[in-house]
Amino acid sequence: MDTFVQQLINGLTIGSIYALIALGYTMVYGILRLINFAHGDIYMVGAYAGFFIATAMGFAVNPSAFGFVVTLVGAMAIAAALGMAIERFAYRPVRKYSKMTTLITAIGMSLLIEYLFIFIFSPTPRSFPQLLPVENFTLFGNATISTSQIMIFVISLLLMGLLQWIIYKTKIGKAMRAVSFNITSAKLMGINTNFVIAFTFALGSALAAAGGVLTAQYNPKIDPLMGIITGLKAFVAAVLGGIGNIPGAVLGGLLIGAAETLVVGYGSYVGIPSTYRDAVAFAILIIVLLVRPAGLLGSNVQEKV
Amino acid sequence: MTRVFLSLSLIFSVLFTFACVDKGANTAVAPTGDTIRIGVYGDTTGATSSFGVSTKNGIQLAFEEINAAGGVNGKKLEMIFEDDQGTPEKAKTVISKLINQDKVVAVLGEVASSNSLAAAPVAQEAKIPMITPSSTNPKVTEVGDYISRVCFIDPFQGSVMAKFAANTLKAKTAAILGDNSSDYSKGLTQFFEEEFTKLGGKVITKQTYAQRDQDFKGQLTAMRGQNPDVIYIPGYYGEVAIIARQARELGMNMPLLGGDGWDSPDLFKLGGAALKNAYISNHYSADNPAPEIQNFVKTYTAKFGAAPDSLAALAYDSAKVLADAIKRAGGTDSSKLKEAINATKGFAGVTGTITLDGSRNAVKPAVVLELAPADSKFTFKETIYPEGMTPPATTAASNSNAMNSNSNMMNTNTNMNSAAANTNTNKASNATK
Repeated sequence: MDTFVQQLINGLTIGSIYALIALGYTMVYGILRLINFAHGDIYMVGAYAGFFIATAMGFAVNPSAFGFVVTLVGAMAIAAALGMAIERFAYRPVRKYSKMTTLITAIGMSLLIEYLFIFIFSPTPRSFPQLLPVENFTLFGNATISTSQIMIFVISLLLMGLLQWIIYKTKIGKAMRAVSFNITSAKLMGINTNFVIAFTFALGSALAAAGGVLTAQYNPKIDPLMGIITGLKAFVAAVLGGIGNIPGAVLGGLLIGAAETLVVGYGSYVGIPSTYRDAVAFAILIIVLLVRPAGLLGSNVQEKV
Repeated sequence: MTRVFLSLSLIFSVLFTFACVDKGANTAVAPTGDTIRIGVYGDTTGATSSFGVSTKNGIQLAFEEINAAGGVNGKKLEMIFEDDQGTPEKAKTVISKLINQDKVVAVLGEVASSNSLAAAPVAQEAKIPMITPSSTNPKVTEVGDYISRVCFIDPFQGSVMAKFAANTLKAKTAAILGDNSSDYSKGLTQFFEEEFTKLGGKVITKQTYAQRDQDFKGQLTAMRGQNPDVIYIPGYYGEVAIIARQARELGMNMPLLGGDGWDSPDLFKLGGAALKNAYISNHYSADNPAPEIQNFVKTYTAKFGAAPDSLAALAYDSAKVLADAIKRAGGTDSSKLKEAINATKGFAGVTGTITLDGSRNAVKPAVVLELAPADSKFTFKETIYPEGMTPPATTAASNSNAMNSNSNMMNTNTNMNSAAANTNTNKASNATK
């Protein structure tokens, strides 16, 4: 029993990270119908930004809650700025052409960020400093939870709550919903759509960066290609939950995280080796899409072709 | 007008292409001049980039020493390096480039067995000798007679650690966490399990991961339930460091065992204090007081600002073995050179005395090193010898610290003989399936 609880804790920890990243995918898709493939790399940039802030400000030597918060917020701000810059200089100029053009730009952007980071910061993995003292708490039996895991749960919940509040209780949130409903009508109603889109990118990127810093606290190895597979799984999580649907992204992230950990933990009993963890995430996606093409929480809208 | 312009540019581009081809053909003849071109390939920008950097440094140092002493047969050695980013596909591409475009007379590389396995057939087909400094999977040299290595192979390396776990650590049960995307790791998993079982131990659970995975708590939690005495992790340093951290976080404090894939200056940066109570099998120990080793350690450290790991030492040896073979072959004729390399016997390198056996593998002792994360270094623990090699001073430059060859180790030694022989002949071919 304690093993099962432990696996669930492990799974939900990485699931929360997937959820944070998936939110960015889903928001951008909801507004622009664009899969922002560079999003996983923003998560990586967030982790690197956190690394440099923590090292430059000396938080690495004196762990403190203050240092952690400054690192987290700083990384989120840098990523938000980068997200807006990418939108402004890469996606906006090609937005007037077909969707495919923007999509390919996004793939190019992703590769550009990855290899630029390899070029500038070298491909050698870096060790992220421990910003908060690590402690393990025993729940019962052998099941333990560490401070970094608790941080991941608490901060993701806070951020998701904050996001929900922004979208449903603020003026800019209302504008975001309007733009996602129909961008042309929103424009006719006097909404500055370019600003709303830039804001969405900033919001999504900040969440991804938070995911990056939190992951780096939990698992302190960061390298320029760390965003590829994590980003891909977060994308699967977004589609699984129903792309464009915000609670769906959270649900999808937690499900993928829990599923892959349980496969590793118990798959061998039913003949699935632990290396199939990623395959399982994608198998779940295929099954869900066959049964519910719009995703678990997505609304089934007939698209006019 | 446009048409004229178009056809003109077409003509020019055709001419230009021919010009390039012609130039390529010229450079093919050129290297027979005053330098001998040696191709080197490795991973300097991928997940195992410290391997490629060490290898390149080791070879560069060897070439500089050889050239400073007048070169080989009056010619200087020239290294042409290609980065393969640590992927088998790229390894295959860059070795083709080295052989077909740069017209190298021999190739040194790779470190990771999967990459060497992808590249070796290209060298074999082109009949260009390839020496891998540090790929330990037996399959690599089975590709053909142009492929050889200066390191020991995994049946031996896996059995060394099994031996150490059972005899020195008195472990009864073991868990294995292997990298399913690497031939190196799969081979070691198999050979460790065979030997450990033979010694009366039991491998109670086997789990796998893939390179670049970030989270191993699932596998580790599953293992924790079974409470093994030791965990064998035959992986590469990047993942291993994180595995160690996550294991300790889950309260698993048993000894962690590994192989030469752990050997990297980055290991301690990533793993930190979690690497206490861990042991690896390796090719040489920088602690060895033998003057030729200390000399190498000193020159290398002065030049590259870091002590040489075993990959640098093996690379250095592979370059020296190649130079020696070119000298003995009296030139770079590929067939004669291959014969000369394969006839290498009693070559005194920094990683021990190198003699290639009939399967073009070096037969050498292995050392067990204990990790000391407080000083970020590996400290010498014991030496384990393969079949037919005796600890005493007959192998002068080998890694033995004479004081450590006590009776316990002799015992280890005798058991080893049958195991190594057995795995060598029967089981080796299963390694990479």
